[in-house]
Amino acid sequence: MLYPDTVEAEVLVHKPWFVATMFGVVMLVFMAFNLSGTGFAELMRPVIGEPSTSGLYGRFAVGFAVAVIFTLNVVLIGFAPLKLQIGIVWLELLLLFIAFFETFHLSLPFIREKLPFLISQGVVTTLYVSAMSIVIASVIAVAGAVAKLSNNGFAYAIASFYTSFFRGLPLLMQVYLIYLGLPQLGFVINAVPAGILALSLCYGAYMTEIFRSGIQSIDRGQWEASRSMGFGFALTMRRIILPQALPVIIPPTGNQFISMLKDSSLVSVIGVWELMFLARTLGQKTFQHMEMLISAAMIYWVMSICLELIQSRIERHYARSKVR
Amino acid sequence: MSAQAIIEAKAVSKWYGQFHALKDINLTVHKGERIVICGPSGSGKSTLIRCFNRLEAHQEGEIVVNGVTLHGRMSNVAAVRSNVGMVFQHFNLFPHMTVLMNCMAGPMWVKGVPAAEARQTALQFLERVRIPEQANKFPVQLSGGQQQRVAIARSLCMKPDVMLFDEPTSALDPEMVSEVLDTMTELARDGMTMVCVTHEMGFARAVADRVIFMDAGQIIEEGTPDAFFGNPRHDRTKVFLSQILRH
Repeated sequence: MLYPDTVEAEVLVHKPWFVATMFGVVMLVFMAFNLSGTGFAELMRPVIGEPSTSGLYGRFAVGFAVAVIFTLNVVLIGFAPLKLQIGIVWLELLLLFIAFFETFHLSLPFIREKLPFLISQGVVTTLYVSAMSIVIASVIAVAGAVAKLSNNGFAYAIASFYTSFFRGLPLLMQVYLIYLGLPQLGFVINAVPAGILALSLCYGAYMTEIFRSGIQSIDRGQWEASRSMGFGFALTMRRIILPQALPVIIPPTGNQFISMLKDSSLVSVIGVWELMFLARTLGQKTFQHMEMLISAAMIYWVMSICLELIQSRIERHYARSKVR
Repeated sequence: MSAQAIIEAKAVSKWYGQFHALKDINLTVHKGERIVICGPSGSGKSTLIRCFNRLEAHQEGEIVVNGVTLHGRMSNVAAVRSNVGMVFQHFNLFPHMTVLMNCMAGPMWVKGVPAAEARQTALQFLERVRIPEQANKFPVQLSGGQQQRVAIARSLCMKPDVMLFDEPTSALDPEMVSEVLDTMTELARDGMTMVCVTHEMGFARAVADRVIFMDAGQIIEEGTPDAFFGNPRHDRTKVFLSQILRH
């Protein structure tokens, strides 16, 4: 949250002009779309008669009804305390998404049948590939950041070439380059290690920049104080600078982790049986593509939420020394 | 010379690009001596004492600390620095560590002192700067004066031969200046060798063996506090003193 003022502002969704505007906009939008074929119009049959022949009156009535429900909903939520507000809005958006997926008429028995394999093979592989890559990328990032900040010409040149190259190429290309290119040099590499290597190198490059900016954000006085007591470079870095840089580094790094979790799906192109690969292949035989794709999407989302929760917990931990 | 020289600066010059920051500085600090350096801002006084532990590099002349000559390719700079305590204007405490840990870090990590012993030393010096009860707090939870006293204790835990003070009271609220100056005065009474850059003339008069006035990168005048305040010889010194003693 931003730094809140001590004077409470008037609730926006209770201001008459805002409520009126919202009502008008919602009504116009829903009138603009012809909703006569939907279930909602069907519900309105007692009022508007046969939906398909109700014409402009029908559109108006449907739009009006939607606008009333929407506005009432928003105004009522406005009375709730903050936490409840957040919960209700999350729940409503979730219901809307479920309603959207309902329209695909998904076969639930099919999902139930394939889900165990999707999780035991797909999720496990995805988590394994991502976790390994995250660890390796973090190690690369620390080394890369130190190299980019050093005044050693070799270290700087190698690190800057590395970040430039791996940030500049599409990840998909890197996956191919490593899996198909390394055998040319005599290193035959399996698909899973190739995928881990590609992800680590790519995300290591991004995280190098994050770590570098984090290290640079620490006040020069910290270096001076450490030096004045006789701390060497490694000690200063490990005990003084990095611990202070972490709170700066963690939010964008959490972003990278979430992004990597989903980009691990790119290694499916070299035949790793991870979540995305299975989602595309399991439904193929019976043409039930959407079932598997939506299931996989939901699984990705759940895993991302777990990472978000871990990130916010770590952020809270590091807020400790800033509390007065 | 009777007493042993701890810091010797001979014909030291320093440039920032084209700007000539220190011009031909000659200064010897003897063991047990208390020196106060004053002068208008930008006169090079902070730069000078930052050269004494090689936080800054000098380009010409020679600086010898505890018998070791400071230069850009020295391999034992850490050993020199661990014997030279420094207190900064903005404290520079480690904000992610408790006060106690701030004081234990140096002895443990640089000198390899066991944790229990480092802890005992830390508590002893925190006692001496009169804030043992804050030991388990984080620096942000302390007032400016308390933080600066922790910074002094942190330096003392390294058992240095000489303490450098870089405007230790300039960033403090007026009511906190005296608690820091009292701590520094006690330190001086106990025989610590000190070089203080400060504008606190009361402190200089009470504690200093020698007062040095710098302007435009040069030492303009130096003498005992009585001579310096009572009978300044140089015009620039007179102007400076009249400006800061007017209020």
